[in-house]
Amino acid sequence: MLLEVKNLQIAFHDHSLPETVVHDFNLTMEAGEIVGIVGESGSGKSMSAMAIAGLLSRHDMTKEGKCLFQGVDTLRCSRQELRKLQGNEMGIIFQEPMTSLNPLKKIGWQVEESLRLHTDLGKTERKERALQALAEAELPNPERVYSLYPHNLSGGMRQRVMIAAAMIARPKLLIADEPTTSLDVTIQAQIVKLLQKFSREKGMAVLFISHDLSLVRQLCGRVLVMQKGYVVEQGDMETVFEHPVHPYTQKLLAAIPKIPGQGGV
Amino acid sequence: MKKKYNYNLMTGGILTVTMLLLILISVFYVPYDPDKMDSTAKLAKASFHHIMGCDQFGRDIFSRVMKGCGNTFFVAAGTVWMGTVFGILIGSFTGYYGGILDEVLMRINDTIFAFPSILLALVFVSLLGGGKYQIILALGIAFIPSFARIVRSEFIRCRELDYVKSARLSGAGSLRIMFVHILPNTRNVLFSAILIGFNNAVLAESGMSFLGIGVQPPEASLGRMMSEAQTYLLTRPSMALFPGLMILWMVLGFALLGEGISERQAG
Repeated sequence: MLLEVKNLQIAFHDHSLPETVVHDFNLTMEAGEIVGIVGESGSGKSMSAMAIAGLLSRHDMTKEGKCLFQGVDTLRCSRQELRKLQGNEMGIIFQEPMTSLNPLKKIGWQVEESLRLHTDLGKTERKERALQALAEAELPNPERVYSLYPHNLSGGMRQRVMIAAAMIARPKLLIADEPTTSLDVTIQAQIVKLLQKFSREKGMAVLFISHDLSLVRQLCGRVLVMQKGYVVEQGDMETVFEHPVHPYTQKLLAAIPKIPGQGGV
Repeated sequence: MKKKYNYNLMTGGILTVTMLLLILISVFYVPYDPDKMDSTAKLAKASFHHIMGCDQFGRDIFSRVMKGCGNTFFVAAGTVWMGTVFGILIGSFTGYYGGILDEVLMRINDTIFAFPSILLALVFVSLLGGGKYQIILALGIAFIPSFARIVRSEFIRCRELDYVKSARLSGAGSLRIMFVHILPNTRNVLFSAILIGFNNAVLAESGMSFLGIGVQPPEASLGRMMSEAQTYLLTRPSMALFPGLMILWMVLGFALLGEGISERQAG
């Protein structure tokens, strides 16, 4: 088992009353599996993912439960232990490709960052790996992209760069936090295919967070539906989509615009 | 599209470059020994021999202005360097970590900030004695808070940005995030702060030398020369005029340069 989250509960203590934003979140993932989390904004899906990635370290927040990634509890392990995992064993891509790259550093430098931190590869080897990662992310002309700055690239290309940067250290788990939301539809499909390819070829598990149900359906084998911090329904893609039990899931599915005569998602 | 000329940048650049050239030349060559007194040339008018005239001891004003520019520049640069280095250190840690450290350091900062910098420098000078290096130390300390503040607010702006998060997620340590990922992104703001700070330092140094607690005689500094000239303001106004113009030249050059650069960054 690659990832095992048990009874995860996250609460904020910003105000006088503690506010629980994620209740009793359970998830297990095997290598190579693609799991989707869907839900409206504020339903706690990103929060859960950030907790898994070990990104929640604010003091005014309590985390309960367990989140075992390859046997290491990312909720409680030391920063040092976490740093060994982050970027190396797990990668993350964010929603907003326009801001997730440092505007002052060359693409190549940013893609190589994980290698610089986790390996002792030399300069030429790093560059080789970076070019390979850029090519695998299907960026045209990796040599050129390598020495460009983020402002030279379009949103779709930047998201590919982010994927290349996340993939370069060959992580076992990729957390994709709404990676396609700000991209247009054709690019979305390409990115989804890319994630699928990586998962199949490298046996990488993907935790795909989205509110786009049709994308989740294309990509994932299993899905969790979240509402107001609760996982209201989970199971195989087919079961959840064909026979939704919870009223919220039914509502979500009913909200997908359908083209008359084509039926379904 | 019609090419728009950035006159601020051009004028500022020219003024600054000529000023730096003048200072550079003064290191190797000045027309007369700036400290040599010539009793036959006391209060001499501007002439072919002494293009800016001589002061009350018969020292060549042009040579003294050249040396004085160098001294003033040195003090201002040292002050700004000190303010920037410590400002970056304090600002980055307080901005990045926040919390109690931030509170404590920023309150100390506020306290220093509340004193007028000249007054604060006066206190230090009375403790340490006058002179070039003491002035740099004194003004430098007075300049730290403003830089710390600017750097801190930039770090607060940057620390929650996605690319900083993704740097953290690739396993980078705090120091690496602070100085490799964030610091370069504060350069625009920092750069204009440095130019403005430089101007303030030039004026502060001149002010302190004018009061007689800055650069010590017989060494020349622009403020010192102004102070010596005030006795002869009515009989020989050119004695005050030239050092004054030099201060103006230096400050104007850097101010326009800063203005031009921010104009260029704005597009």
